Amino acid sequence: MAAVIEHARLPKLTPARMKPGDVLRVGAVGLRTRPLRAFLSALGIAIGIAAMIGVVGISSSSGAELDRTLSALGTNLLTVSSGQTLMGEPAKMPVEAEAMIERIGPVQAVSAAGKIGDAKVYRSEEVPKAQTNGINTYAARLDLPATVGATLRSGTWLNAATERYPAAVLGSNTAQRLGVGAAGPDTQVVVGGKRFTVVGILDPVPLADELDSAVLVGWPVAEAELDFDGYPTTLYTRTEEASLETVRSVLAGTANPEAPNEVDVSRPSDALAAKQATSQAFTGLLLGVGAVALLVGGVGVANTMVISVLERRSEIGLRRSLGATRGQIRTQFLAESLLLSALGGAGGVLIGTGVTMGYALYQGWPAVIPGWATAGGLAATLAIGAVAGLYPAVRASRLSPTEALATP
Amino acid sequence: MISLSDVTRSYPGGVTALDKVSLEIERGELVAIVGPSGSGKSTMLNVVGTLDRPTSGTVRIDGYDVAKLSDGQLSALRATRIGFVFQHFHLAAKVPAVDNVADGLVYTGIGRSERRRRAAAALERVGLGHRLDHEPHELSGGERQRVAIARAVAGDPPLLLADEPTGALDSVSGTGVMDLLHDLNAAGTTIVIITHDREIAASLPRQVRMRDGQIVSDSAAEEKVA
Repeated sequence: MAAVIEHARLPKLTPARMKPGDVLRVGAVGLRTRPLRAFLSALGIAIGIAAMIGVVGISSSSGAELDRTLSALGTNLLTVSSGQTLMGEPAKMPVEAEAMIERIGPVQAVSAAGKIGDAKVYRSEEVPKAQTNGINTYAARLDLPATVGATLRSGTWLNAATERYPAAVLGSNTAQRLGVGAAGPDTQVVVGGKRFTVVGILDPVPLADELDSAVLVGWPVAEAELDFDGYPTTLYTRTEEASLETVRSVLAGTANPEAPNEVDVSRPSDALAAKQATSQAFTGLLLGVGAVALLVGGVGVANTMVISVLERRSEIGLRRSLGATRGQIRTQFLAESLLLSALGGAGGVLIGTGVTMGYALYQGWPAVIPGWATAGGLAATLAIGAVAGLYPAVRASRLSPTEALATP
Repeated sequence: MISLSDVTRSYPGGVTALDKVSLEIERGELVAIVGPSGSGKSTMLNVVGTLDRPTSGTVRIDGYDVAKLSDGQLSALRATRIGFVFQHFHLAAKVPAVDNVADGLVYTGIGRSERRRRAAAALERVGLGHRLDHEPHELSGGERQRVAIARAVAGDPPLLLADEPTGALDSVSGTGVMDLLHDLNAAGTTIVIITHDREIAASLPRQVRMRDGQIVSDSAAEEKVA
């Protein structure tokens, strides 16, 4: 009874709370005393985060580049090409198709190209006939480059004079395959057995990539010299953006009223966007690889923490003798683990940003790193640090002080 | 200050390190607990230092019944009432002396600048005022133990427990450390020194001899009898 009364008179004992600054300072002790180990285990986390930021950043940058390209090229180009008949033979669009489409109200421009199936292309007469290089010859209207957004790398486009004479404009791949560096009066190629002078070479045409591996000649000369039948095979139309879908629905019927099913209508910008979507699926896969790297980094941190607790038993014992509670020991090791992974995360964000910037700069893309990727990466590192540090921290706090002090 | 009554500490496996030990140590005493290794004197220090709880019996430190305190309350008791000095110093490598001492106060809730001020004062008190910024590897063994003592007394605890404080030192440094402990005791701190060195024990006012977990002689009790 006396003991109880005596006890009540004594001041109440309460362990002091550590200030946040002290928690950080004590948590950093392990990092300061073993900097190389801290660096290496933070590096594991950094590689994972850098991989993820890099993948997201590069894919976003390429997306931004596509948006930029599309806004420059316009998304209002519709292509009408002759398909196949029900019998599986190549279909023909009527010669009037061009004029008919031009009469649709919202259509701003129409141009046409006609494939000349038999006109094979060679660098010279000496080239064996079998080596066609997969090059197609098209008869082209003069307004074709303006409609599809094609630009010339070298020379000039056809004009009212040259379209009547053996003059040709090469697509970018064609020029490469034939080994033609620049257009000029002395540069000639053989088209359908006749010599044509190369007057121009195109840049790659993103919205009409069939032109990249084509030789383009004037409509009149094609009819006169190359046995061209005069039927257009592809029509290119620019339409007011607002009525794009309406125009699209009537294009086939307008181009070939007798057999609308023999005509294919497509929107090339959709194809580019679809390609982008495909690469996004691949990005998802790479992101998964980055996540695995991050996980491995987390295991590295956990390993470091377990070893740290084993090695620092005497420090833990000393701290307990100095008045650290179990909770404070737990907090110390948890703080150390969080610091370690936060350092790795910050480094990873820096590396990932650097890689993205470098790659985008190299490709001539705008560098874009979404904020959610950075924020998500840092949040992931903190979560990993907490999980990796929890078990070692709890183990450290459960260590009996006498046992901890007994180890030298 | 310290009151043990019928304290037993046995370990799983049947080892009894303390066997019904009763001991009273008054405020301001300077006591040696002496005995061969395995006599239970280290367990005695752990129990008195509240690092270990007895299997049975009552331990009172500065009036508090250890059995009635939670882990947090025991930690607070150690932080404010008890200073420890160990044979192997337990100083943090690559950390200047003043920070080694100041970090010892981190669990008392004192602010950082005040901790450093008290650390500097404590180092001054143990005669290392000129070594504040030296790291442990730049100090001699005796100096390191002085830093450890400074850490133990920086918070002005009424009780100082020293486990073989001269065990790792040469005799000259050892004598210096013992002189320092005498000075601290003269200034009012209750000090309990665990040692197996009979010479050191003999130099202290009161000796408690232990063997096989029991107290075999206590110079204070003999005086009373005489």
